Amino acid sequence: MSEHDYTPKSKFGKWFNDRLPLLTLANHLTDYPTPKNLNYWWTFGGILTFCLITQIVTGLVLAMHYIAHADMAFDSVEHIMRDVNYGWLIRYIHANGASMFFLAVYIHIFRSLFYGSYKAPREIIWIIGIIIYLLMMAAAFMGYVLPWGQMSFWGATVITNLFSAIPLVGEGIVTWLWGGYSVDNPTLTRFFTLHYLIPFLILGLVVLHIWALHVPGNNNPVGIDIKKPSKDTVPFHPYIVIKDGFALLMFMIVFAFFVFYTPNILGHADNYIEADPLVTPAHIVPEWYLLPFYAILRSVPDKLLGVVAMLSAIFILAALPWLDTSKIRSAVFRPLYRQFYWILVADVLILGYVGAMPAEGLYLLIARVATAYYFLHFLVILPILGYKEKTLPIPLSITEPVLGGSPNLAAARNTESFNK
Amino acid sequence: MKNFYRVLSLVTLIFLIPFNLNSAEKIEYLKTDWSFKGLFGKFDRGALQRGYQVYTEVCSSCHSMKYLSYRNLAEKGGPEFTIEQAKAIAASFEVKDGPNADGDMFTRPGRLSDKFVMPYDNVKAAQAANGGAYPPDMSVLVKARGGGVDYIYSLLQGYEDPPAGISLDDGVYYNKYMYGNKIKMSNQLSDGLVEYGDGTKSTVEQMSKDVTTFLMWAAEPHLESRHQMGFKVIVYLTILTILVYFSMKRIWSRIKTEV
Repeated sequence: MSEHDYTPKSKFGKWFNDRLPLLTLANHLTDYPTPKNLNYWWTFGGILTFCLITQIVTGLVLAMHYIAHADMAFDSVEHIMRDVNYGWLIRYIHANGASMFFLAVYIHIFRSLFYGSYKAPREIIWIIGIIIYLLMMAAAFMGYVLPWGQMSFWGATVITNLFSAIPLVGEGIVTWLWGGYSVDNPTLTRFFTLHYLIPFLILGLVVLHIWALHVPGNNNPVGIDIKKPSKDTVPFHPYIVIKDGFALLMFMIVFAFFVFYTPNILGHADNYIEADPLVTPAHIVPEWYLLPFYAILRSVPDKLLGVVAMLSAIFILAALPWLDTSKIRSAVFRPLYRQFYWILVADVLILGYVGAMPAEGLYLLIARVATAYYFLHFLVILPILGYKEKTLPIPLSITEPVLGGSPNLAAARNTESFNK
Repeated sequence: MKNFYRVLSLVTLIFLIPFNLNSAEKIEYLKTDWSFKGLFGKFDRGALQRGYQVYTEVCSSCHSMKYLSYRNLAEKGGPEFTIEQAKAIAASFEVKDGPNADGDMFTRPGRLSDKFVMPYDNVKAAQAANGGAYPPDMSVLVKARGGGVDYIYSLLQGYEDPPAGISLDDGVYYNKYMYGNKIKMSNQLSDGLVEYGDGTKSTVEQMSKDVTTFLMWAAEPHLESRHQMGFKVIVYLTILTILVYFSMKRIWSRIKTEV
């Protein structure tokens, strides 16, 4: 790679770089050879970084005005909305930013699933990603508790109560989590502390995620290994920077629309009612991005097994690089996997839908079938598919999608159209 | 560009699904045109001032509005009473203050900086006076109900005799828009109940609309500046996006690959 030859031009730069090679790092980042056929699904990494920074910056300002006390939290949020200069703007960016963050992370994850980005040699990037995703869910959940509305309180009660399913020590763990015998002020203060801490853990993991990415380099829509740098790559700057920037701006327009015109549509109306331990809301629903897992939890009649199923649904993803036995990365060359992929997407959307519905009758039945299929996809279909599937011939490089005389012209056309 | 449309369609798809979730068991609310909806939505100043009158003369005998101060009444984007008017409104309320130098509590006329005076000292007192039901604080009421303004607007006009077969306890009333149809607030509005200073006819429909507009402002006092800023932000981002798009095309034209 070219950064080994890098020497700063100025004398001071050289002096500094010999002691701390920051300029070498910057040079590595700008020159970083990136496959030139990356499509817009690849822009969500940059978008996610933007989301994280936005959440941290707006969160810092909110924390200056928010009061983490059961008697004052709700009031302090209204104070931010009314009397803090542009407090409404900062809070709405933060609240909708969480939804935007998850929207982007789901696209990022499903891009990985489609193009097989989790496969060797990128397993560590993938696993770090799953840990980031888990931390995101924890941070989002605890953040939703902080305004101390009805959904905050009862959501916290339902989710923390899940731990009581653990045999023998469950009840003790719940009391320990609550810092008392119900969700109350001690719960709120610790959730606030952890909500403040987690984004910085995520930030650290993002650095590792990118570091691990820069070892093998990006996967690409064709899913083949490429020589770096070569005709198949472009330097990160300016090519990828400008493309990521363009996609980010499009994303920001959608983001701005939510913030300025429908800031409360993704939240629940009940969260504008102050928490009341004596009144249970008619339907306790988590935020939209947690609904598929909520559906899995409720589809199992036994509490403990439900929790196990829900957690397995996430942890199973960490085992994905080994469950998927196919040598071919990109779904472009896997006609059968491609169909199962879209069925999985539909399955997760269905889970999200029934997760918002009451767990009874037809909804419960659908949730059970969809849950069963979710596990079937990862535990049965993927391992078998790797052996049974007849894959299409893969090209040898990006610039020459099909090396002269490939027997399968249809596949060639397919690849070509997909790269556009 | 093809992939780009795919991204867009997926984004839309994902967002359409949660939107429909809440509407599954929706009742048809009464419709009216709200001036504050839409890209450039603004409050109708007259409606806000009349709505404040309905609130003070009718609602405020039971419902508090603890997050609002009298100064808000004169602020930009609200009812925009003049400072003198707002001062006079504040002074018309007795505010409990203290303790003074002797350690005693005392009452004094309200000031702009005071919060809206509450009808009851505490929740228990409010419940005791209302047959056990707590009249909810109205500061964020519009945002705390699924149907928002349409729901409040309909509810105020939704009182009718219960259908045959439904018996109501004492102090419970039938309202076709209320969740479960049973409500502990009796019908409060009747034609001509308040006398509007600007000559508007105070029909039940008119008062419902005015007071709901007032409640919307109470819940979202910065709605107007939000809409104004939103438009500027989106125009700015759109222009920037177009510029970046062309620079991107220019930069990538050095390489033979379609972006």
